[in-house]
Amino acid sequence: MNFPILSSLILLPTIGALFLFFIKEKEGNNTTIKYVALFTTIVNFLISIYLWIAFDQSTSSFQFIEDRTWIKGFINYKVGVDGISILFIILTTFITPLCIISVNNSIKNRLRDFLIAILIMESFMIGVFSALDLVVFYLFFEAGLIPMFLIIGIWGGARRVYSAFKFFLYTLLGSVLMLVAIISIYLITGTTDVVQLYEIGIDVKYQNLLWLAFFSSFAVKTPMWPVHTWLPDAHVEAPTAGSVLLAAILLKMAGYGFIRFSLGLFPVASEVFTPLIYTLSVIAIIFTSLIALMQEDMKKLIAYSSVAHMGFVTLGIFTLQQQGIEGSIIQMISHGLVSAALFLTVGVVYDRMHSRLISTYGGLVSVIPKYSILFMLFALASLGLPGTSGFIGEFLILMGAFKDNFLVAVIASIGVILGAAYMLWLYKRVVFGKLLNEDLKKILDLNRSEYFILSCLAAPILFFGFYPDPLINTIEVSVTDLINMHNTNIASK
Amino acid sequence: MENLNLILPEIFISLSIMFLLILGVFKNDSSKITFNLSLFAILITTIITFNETYSVTRETLFNESVVIDGMSSLMKILTLIGGFLVLVISSTYLKTFKIYNIEYPVLILSSILGMMVMISSNDLIVFYMGLELQSLALYVLATYNRDQLKSSEAGLKYFVLSALSSGLLLYGCSLVYGFSGSTNFDIISNQLNSEEYVLTFGIVFILVGLAFKISAVPFHMWAPDVYEGSPTTVTLFFTIVPKVAALTVFIRFLYVPFLNLIDQWQMIIVFLSIASMVFGAVAAIGQTNIKRLIAYSSIGHIGYTLAGLATASNEGIQSSIIYISIYVIMNLALFSCLLMLRRKDQYYEDIDDLSGLSKNHPLLSLCLLLILFSLAGIPPLAGFFAKFYVFKAVLEQSMYFLAIVGLLSTVVAAFYYLRIIKIMYFDKEKDKYDTDHSLWLKFSLTVSTILILLYFIFPSQLIEVVSRINII
Repeated sequence: MNFPILSSLILLPTIGALFLFFIKEKEGNNTTIKYVALFTTIVNFLISIYLWIAFDQSTSSFQFIEDRTWIKGFINYKVGVDGISILFIILTTFITPLCIISVNNSIKNRLRDFLIAILIMESFMIGVFSALDLVVFYLFFEAGLIPMFLIIGIWGGARRVYSAFKFFLYTLLGSVLMLVAIISIYLITGTTDVVQLYEIGIDVKYQNLLWLAFFSSFAVKTPMWPVHTWLPDAHVEAPTAGSVLLAAILLKMAGYGFIRFSLGLFPVASEVFTPLIYTLSVIAIIFTSLIALMQEDMKKLIAYSSVAHMGFVTLGIFTLQQQGIEGSIIQMISHGLVSAALFLTVGVVYDRMHSRLISTYGGLVSVIPKYSILFMLFALASLGLPGTSGFIGEFLILMGAFKDNFLVAVIASIGVILGAAYMLWLYKRVVFGKLLNEDLKKILDLNRSEYFILSCLAAPILFFGFYPDPLINTIEVSVTDLINMHNTNIASK
Repeated sequence: MENLNLILPEIFISLSIMFLLILGVFKNDSSKITFNLSLFAILITTIITFNETYSVTRETLFNESVVIDGMSSLMKILTLIGGFLVLVISSTYLKTFKIYNIEYPVLILSSILGMMVMISSNDLIVFYMGLELQSLALYVLATYNRDQLKSSEAGLKYFVLSALSSGLLLYGCSLVYGFSGSTNFDIISNQLNSEEYVLTFGIVFILVGLAFKISAVPFHMWAPDVYEGSPTTVTLFFTIVPKVAALTVFIRFLYVPFLNLIDQWQMIIVFLSIASMVFGAVAAIGQTNIKRLIAYSSIGHIGYTLAGLATASNEGIQSSIIYISIYVIMNLALFSCLLMLRRKDQYYEDIDDLSGLSKNHPLLSLCLLLILFSLAGIPPLAGFFAKFYVFKAVLEQSMYFLAIVGLLSTVVAAFYYLRIIKIMYFDKEKDKYDTDHSLWLKFSLTVSTILILLYFIFPSQLIEVVSRINII
């Protein structure tokens, strides 16, 4: 047995949180607390990079598997990664330290508790992406609700209580049906081990209902239209670091779940329900883009743009084409980086002006040029300009969609235009124009840590925009095998 | 000659009760020593019972009217531990209200004795004897703080309604006796068949009586008032110990004498379960008093245990027993928190009194947070596993409707647990509470919270113990 690298990835943030728990919170102690948290997450990031280097890209089978008896004769604690999940783990470990650095002025009280919540959240998120057992997956998937509820509720904005409740209850409601499905799968097949389930498959007559149960959970989490309404509320009220985690990683759990479980376990049902997903995705893309156009709150606008982008992701996954699924994964990674960056850029001006309304701003370019340039880069990446990672994802998804269903692809392409419209209009209203608000004249440009965070995010966005090979190489074999497995399953039924 | 060793725990505890009563009569100021001695007595009884667990598989005594098996030992131990911890954390509370008397431990011991008889009963008469012994002790306990109007009211209400349900139960027993010609569970089991329609009435009466004792909807009306009015430590006793005993009897009735009549009772249990889960969740939302809220939440939890019983399978029974064990720990922890809300000799029990607790007492509110999330059934806390096993057993029998209603009601229930967390964490703080709690109170809170939090690391142990229980 090798060194349990995945378990240590999962456990390390929790250990860091435990360590923080025993540090007394005092005045002037905040830097120590922050450095402990930062140190933990950076070590975790380095471990995950090592994981990527040691990862064998030529095979689609799961690697770094750990398999231990957990509940005797019933559930094993099983974790492992393949080309798809490893990217999400790295995304998680990459975004979390940036979140912690960004916690400068926005969190004034109970910094220690906030960092503990973030670290525990990181543990759960890595757990979700590496779980290879349905029950273990469910455990991590649900457990994440607790820290996120507290992050929104304690450190959020004015309507934080409402948003925290809405977030929690919506997600819980979606997930309980998934629990029924997981137990049913165990009773039908006698195992909850994903690898074994891939091999034995699930009887066709059960697949539709089980698929719908999983869908109810993932659709809420993605979020898909019409159950997306918790997201804008949660995003707007959460503190910046919370929004970043939510947008960059939590939403990806569902997309990942669609690929790993809905496609992998229920191939026949996935074919059956493709029209449903297409319809909902297309509505999400067009409808929420239109809503985003009308927003006056910057965070809300970005939240709606997240719904639209996740619409592309679900569309791409269910094209069941190589390009479509690869595009979806890259789109998720890219959206993780871009939305994190956008929320952070909003956070930067919010910290200074304490307003998220677009009308407060205007003409920022003449006072804070550095900020404006980086903001432009992220806005362009969000609308999918060639040369940024956003383009690769959207392009591949649309390519997959054109192969599968022409009409859907055409409508979705309109969404790309709308995406450009709301992003550019936002940018124009905030950054260009006349500087009318007197208070804005005193606004300061990015400080060192903000500059550092945003550049850290800008680098991979540009790098993968020009050279997506490292991403594609990592996922290619896994996706090909997933599609092959899917096709053989369909053919045999 | 019967092997009296098997009922040694019962014999020992009855002798201790008599001894303590005599001691109380002849010695002045004996409350402290009675408390300590009764704790000691429970401890020894627990050890004796614990020893039995390993030596006995299934033994009967007195013409098969008493049965000692895996389930009875486990449930007795649970009862005794519950009783021990209740006694141990009561003293500060009782002293505050100046009701720190010898009667309290003696009454608790007698009700425990009654429950132990109930748990071991394999005969209608033995069962009824045990039931009445524990009920009479509980009536007095409910009114224990007799200077308070609410406590007397609670005791009276409990007495009247409980007597009514005992009457129904007795009537049902007599009908069953009339049709089977015996009071012994095993003989009844062989004699009964579903041809007799009047027999169904007998079963329904017995089930109604039992449902009353565990406060399942629609026989729950007494619970909120009694829980609110009784002294808090007695409420704690009410919410855990009698439920364990009543659940055991429930299991015995359903799966020994009425085993062949599953068609008759299964729908009733499913109804009781669904009604309790849904009603418990919905009615708790509007509560402002924590003890009332706990009453409704315990109604909901009883619904989940009944869901396990409704399955008519060994897995279902085992899952119910696991559920009640975890529930006992969670309630113990919850009440330990409640007993810590004390300021200048006054106890606070409104939800609003928790406002902003996390700023003044971060550790206490963290414990309460974990307990509440566990009660709501959020993984990875113990409460999730309790629900998980129950729903696994329910789905195994393809009872999808029950499972889905149950899981949806957990979402509703999550709302009121979240409301408490919201008040603790998101609202403005109030004055600080006293922190000079007794060592035992801190101990019980710490241990139970750690058990709840870390249960997921070793979930197999509890299952292994419970999996030895095979009733059917």
